[in-house]
Amino acid sequence: MSKHTLSVLVENKPGVLARIAALFSRRGFNIESLAVGETEHPEISRMTVVVDVEDNPLEQVTKQLNKLVEVLKVVELESGSAVQRQVMLIKVRADAATRSQVLEMVQMFRAKVVDVATESLTIEATGNSDKLRALLEVLDPYGVKELVQSGLVAIGRGPRSITDRALRGS
Amino acid sequence: MSDPQAAPGGAPSPAQLAQQTRAKAPVSVTGAQSLVLSLEAMEVDTVFGIPGGAILPAYDPLLDSVQVRHILVRHEQGAGHAAEGYAAATGKVGVCMATSGPGATNLVTAIADAHMDSVPMVAVTGQVNSAAIGSDAFQEADIRGITMPITKHNYLVTKAEDIPRVIAEAFHIASTGRPGPVLVDISKDALQARTTFAWPPRIDLPGYRPVTRPHAKQIREAARLIAAAERPIFYIGGGVIRAAASAELRRFVELTQIPVVTTLMARGAFPDSHPLHLGMPGMHGSVSAVTGLQKSDLIICIGARFDDRVTGQLSTFAPEATVIHADIDPAEISKNRHADVPIVGDCKAVLADLADAVDADMEAGHVGDYTAWRERVAGWKSSFPLGWTDPPPSEATLAPQYVLQRLGAIAGPQATYVAGVGQHQMWAAQFVEYERPNQWLNSGGLGTMGYAVPAAMGAKVAEPERVVWAIDGDGCFQMTNQELATCVINNIPIKVAVINNSSLGMVRQWQTLFYNERYSNTDLHTSHKGERIPDFVMLAEAYGCVGLRCERPEDVDATIHQAMGINDRPVVIDFVVHRDAMVWPMVPAGVSNDLIQVAKDTAPQWDREESDASEHDTDADHDGIPSGSHRRHEGEGY
Repeated sequence: MSKHTLSVLVENKPGVLARIAALFSRRGFNIESLAVGETEHPEISRMTVVVDVEDNPLEQVTKQLNKLVEVLKVVELESGSAVQRQVMLIKVRADAATRSQVLEMVQMFRAKVVDVATESLTIEATGNSDKLRALLEVLDPYGVKELVQSGLVAIGRGPRSITDRALRGS
Repeated sequence: MSDPQAAPGGAPSPAQLAQQTRAKAPVSVTGAQSLVLSLEAMEVDTVFGIPGGAILPAYDPLLDSVQVRHILVRHEQGAGHAAEGYAAATGKVGVCMATSGPGATNLVTAIADAHMDSVPMVAVTGQVNSAAIGSDAFQEADIRGITMPITKHNYLVTKAEDIPRVIAEAFHIASTGRPGPVLVDISKDALQARTTFAWPPRIDLPGYRPVTRPHAKQIREAARLIAAAERPIFYIGGGVIRAAASAELRRFVELTQIPVVTTLMARGAFPDSHPLHLGMPGMHGSVSAVTGLQKSDLIICIGARFDDRVTGQLSTFAPEATVIHADIDPAEISKNRHADVPIVGDCKAVLADLADAVDADMEAGHVGDYTAWRERVAGWKSSFPLGWTDPPPSEATLAPQYVLQRLGAIAGPQATYVAGVGQHQMWAAQFVEYERPNQWLNSGGLGTMGYAVPAAMGAKVAEPERVVWAIDGDGCFQMTNQELATCVINNIPIKVAVINNSSLGMVRQWQTLFYNERYSNTDLHTSHKGERIPDFVMLAEAYGCVGLRCERPEDVDATIHQAMGINDRPVVIDFVVHRDAMVWPMVPAGVSNDLIQVAKDTAPQWDREESDASEHDTDADHDGIPSGSHRRHEGEGY
């Protein structure tokens, strides 16, 4: 199995997310991460889907996605030619004794402290999944009380826009 | 199915729209009237359905429509299958209608069936008031959510002004590209609201662009492989029927002289009487069709999808074959079997372009020589014809195969044959001769018992001048025979041949073969041991049909002729057949097609000469297995 990041441009209409999520589950594909939002064109939404599949099933899922009437375009973004980001909020145990050590980690990873309490810190971190995993590893010994993460979003490098091409109907 | 002249972007060209629809100046109407006007503009002449609370507003203007005939069925599943039968017989979009909740959920089986068999269909359902959606209101069901995986597309309409556009889009999507069912769910308040109706509406489907013209490079590559092949075979699927491409197929086959197999969904796409036709492949296919695919070095697959019922164990299917796979749905190509030459396009255009390319190659001197291969497959065809063993005289019942052979011979190729699902379906596919597309309708992909009677009704409504025979089993018939009432009341004189073996026959066959003859819950008590629960003749008469019974071979012809002479009401014939009759040949599920059996524990006996002649001696495992006469199988299976 290998991870693939798909950018799916869809018509911004009710029910589209359900349709796409159902397609993945019906065809037996596990969604590892999913992020949805409007694009610079309000009538188009963009979903970034990370799936764990072999190449052959990936081709099948891409074709099945393309069959959906509300899907405008499906593009696979290779990690080398795309910027990938995820946001994570981590509530970590930090008292007077450990707070300075935790803050040092936060600085090292260029993360931010967004909430402070006597027994804990809440940290906001942005990055690709490798960086976030590394941050979690170093915070783990202090005690992670709560963790929430967004879906991964990704955009291709360089001047070209996949939304423009979708609008032109290519 | 798609018109190659369709404008890019998926929307029909203005010329197409003008042809298809009548322009209407804006008028002030209710949403319900707008719905009926939209159906009229799409040239709908028949709707099968049942009214109910949420769809009630639509039924009021329907009463006034002179163009749209609404046929009140007895169960929504019947409405769905009738719409399918109407569509499959003609290629036009079939329409069914139901109310919210249970009305809509009763359509689900038929919608799933249409989805699997690529039948163009539009289902219109009522929905509770938009303000009540999500509140578990009376007769509320999320039918759009329920049907998402089994429709080509579906809509929930809550604004009256959207109705004409959505109906136009639904018909466009259902009938173009790979055809399929589209569901339009309309809330009651949208049907009741005032709106303006104008036609044609603006279709807006930026994400729907079916490719219909095949790529010239792929066509040239396919033609090159065809010229180079030694053992090519056409593997023809239902796509050729849906694309109305039989004439193009025939031209291509006769040009190349390559043998043909037609799948269950493609029976009639190529005439059975043609010498190059090897019959049906698959689990119950002919020896020549199954073996022809297995031994081929080039499969030219047109509009088929390498279904498990055709390939058997996929890893051992046609191991030496290169594959050319043409389909209008790119997702079918290389889904199950890798395609060496993928061609995306409408089967009609693909076949025409391929024939042109091969023709040009031939003129340039690149002519494939398949003489030896043709002789080899012709040998299989004559050595292993379909056959059966008559039941012992003490049984006093009929051989079902004989009944179907006689039915096909007497009713002829101009009649339409509509089967249910099971043994009778396989015998009907095997023993009726199919000569024209749309002569054979059945539930192939989903395998829906109960399809036959309502689908035959739909086919008869679509083509009232044709004789339409439903071929049903005693199990299937009891699932949807209430539509006989619909047929009698609406003067739809279908004919029904019930192949009555008093059991769920196909399941019983598997119990015989694979479950040590332990017959768990397959006895239906409809003819065995003097029981007739129900008595199908009396049942038919109770509905106002003519009911006939036939139990002796010498009466078969006369009974069929008698039914053929009755045209003022439906006829039901109860053919009481031998319950141990089995469908042969058979490839057991999940094994290689090389292990085809012509009767129980009986492999075809291959000629020594044939075996020696086969280039890789792959026939060795077929040698030395005794078998009786080929024309009438010996052994335990009938």
